[in-house]
Amino acid sequence: MSETWIVLGASSSMGRAFARKAAAEGAHVVLAAREKDDLARTAADCTSRGAPSAVPIVFDARDPKSFAPIYKAAKKNEGIINAAVFVGSMAPQADVDADPNIGDFTIQDNFTGPANFLHGLAPIMESRKGGTVLGIGSVAGDRGRIGNYTYGSAKAGFHTYLSGLRNRLNRSGGHVVTVKPGFVDTAMTWGIEGMFLVASPDQIADDLWNAHLKKKNTLYTPWFWRYIMAIIKSIPEPIFKKLSV
Amino acid sequence: MAWKTDTLTGWGRVLSGVAEIARPEKPSAIARVMADTPAPAVGAQRSYGDAAINTDGKAIDMNRLDRFISFDAKTGVLEAEAGVSIIQMLQTFAPQGWMPTVMPGTGFATLGGCIANDAHGKNHHGVGTFGQYVISIELIGADGKNKTITPKKNKALFEATVGGLGQTGIIISAKIQLTECSSRLIQVDERRAANLSEFMEMLKSSTATYCVGWIDGTANGQSLGRGILEEAELTKSNMAPKLRKSRKVPFNAPSFALSPPTVRAFNRMYFNRVPATGRGVLRSLEDFFFPLDKIHDWNKLYGKRGFHQFQCVLPDDTAERTLREMLRLIADAGLASPLAVLKRTGPSRAGPLSFTMEGFTLALDFPNSAKSIKLVETLNEMTTEAGGRIYFAKDSLATAKQAHAMYPELAAWQKTVKTADPKGHFKTDLVRRLKLRDSK
Repeated sequence: MSETWIVLGASSSMGRAFARKAAAEGAHVVLAAREKDDLARTAADCTSRGAPSAVPIVFDARDPKSFAPIYKAAKKNEGIINAAVFVGSMAPQADVDADPNIGDFTIQDNFTGPANFLHGLAPIMESRKGGTVLGIGSVAGDRGRIGNYTYGSAKAGFHTYLSGLRNRLNRSGGHVVTVKPGFVDTAMTWGIEGMFLVASPDQIADDLWNAHLKKKNTLYTPWFWRYIMAIIKSIPEPIFKKLSV
Repeated sequence: MAWKTDTLTGWGRVLSGVAEIARPEKPSAIARVMADTPAPAVGAQRSYGDAAINTDGKAIDMNRLDRFISFDAKTGVLEAEAGVSIIQMLQTFAPQGWMPTVMPGTGFATLGGCIANDAHGKNHHGVGTFGQYVISIELIGADGKNKTITPKKNKALFEATVGGLGQTGIIISAKIQLTECSSRLIQVDERRAANLSEFMEMLKSSTATYCVGWIDGTANGQSLGRGILEEAELTKSNMAPKLRKSRKVPFNAPSFALSPPTVRAFNRMYFNRVPATGRGVLRSLEDFFFPLDKIHDWNKLYGKRGFHQFQCVLPDDTAERTLREMLRLIADAGLASPLAVLKRTGPSRAGPLSFTMEGFTLALDFPNSAKSIKLVETLNEMTTEAGGRIYFAKDSLATAKQAHAMYPELAAWQKTVKTADPKGHFKTDLVRRLKLRDSK
């Protein structure tokens, strides 16, 4: 029987690549994103690639009312329900510095919004006795840095939530992967200077699928980011506070 | 829209240029860019020369618009965004019994690129060019407006777009007719051809659906023009194809990698690999249609100086004489690489700038050097004199005068293009170099 994948943030490059991957593996997909205009086309793409069904739904991390239709669409399919969460936003730290209220949006988009969505989904997954959550965090959540620490702290909060959810879903046969991508070649990073070792969304999607199959707990993707971050995390705070990495 | 300053490089790695590049992910984003800064589209960058280079200008990278929009498994009609690659189409739809009717030698080429160059494949003699299977095109013009064009309703604009090197606007998506494929395996019969006349006769008399020849560009004297003919038919086998793992060329190869003695030795081996009595083998569609795609970045084998590809098509009446002269020059120069193809082409094509004509097409790579530039220049001149053509998607060395002589319908094409893009926003380095949009 086909499983179902909810893809939150399905119009982002990574979300699109992952939805395709799931479709090619024969899964039903529920595609959720902020703007609906283009989502129907991604849904058609998924059906051509092998998804038995593909449903586009509008989702806004800041609007809890948008969650229920997604649960409903997923529940229509029998069997295991999985979710891949790609939503998030990265307001430049300078904008947050200029208007601290923007920080709230960053936290909602990256942490409380997706966490609340998953909290509503958890009982449904439990009732189906299984399923994987792929939660996209960030290497920025591993340590607060001057360039993006509001974003980083929201992701750190999300990491902690995912670790708790892993603990919970494990009891009903479910699993949670905390994903920490490095630089990915997306619209967000297009043309930004200082990018290195940039991975393609398709590469990330393949990594995610393998992590799901192998039930990894934490996935750094591409893999070498685990070591880059190990170095960054090991710098003693008295030195780190003077750096701008 | 964010613009990235980056280098656009031809597949031959000789020509390149820095441009401001936007990479939209939705059709609506293209419309916004075009309303404000119309610019030519670039795809997978598999053109060898400067067809997808716009030095010091702007360009729209189409690779992220790569979705299938609709597919009808009954009729085989596929609508897809322009950035979809040929290999994606083959791998997605072959298991459902359909494949692109025309496939160029690399599966990495995009739908938009295949239309803009009116690509041809190993079945050109039978079915014609890629553009002949395009049902409709969604095009954004220099005015930022979207229109769907068909060969019937918009004859002039459609024909100017197919093979039109992106000069009429940006192809956002297209509807194409796929062809039935009963299996993912193909039966390939390989036979030796001892010399040029035998080779040409075999190509001419072949009745196979797919037919292509590998030619030994180093053979001289009595063996001049020897090679291996590959004739192939789709099978009905249900066996799953055995896919070879792809490899990557990690760095620029040193110059001796493709030096004359290495190439001669390789070619001798490659020729003798097929027994004198011929042989039949079963291959996967991917291996047969895209033999080089298994080696990612194979263009690095030519080192950092890159290479030139020469591809001409010659009409039947001058073909044999001209090919003989060309091959003698090539063998004497000792510059050819192992990658050389001789093929029969049929009369059909989709637009006035389409490459093909009834006759024979020869394609060869030459490592970049002063000597090989001279040689290709001579070959270009011989092509012009023989009433043939060179392929814009491959060219890096032809002159404006030659291009104008080879494509006599240029003036009519220019008229349509002028209406579609009066200010010349879509010009590329190739269009400027060959003065394709100038009267002479």
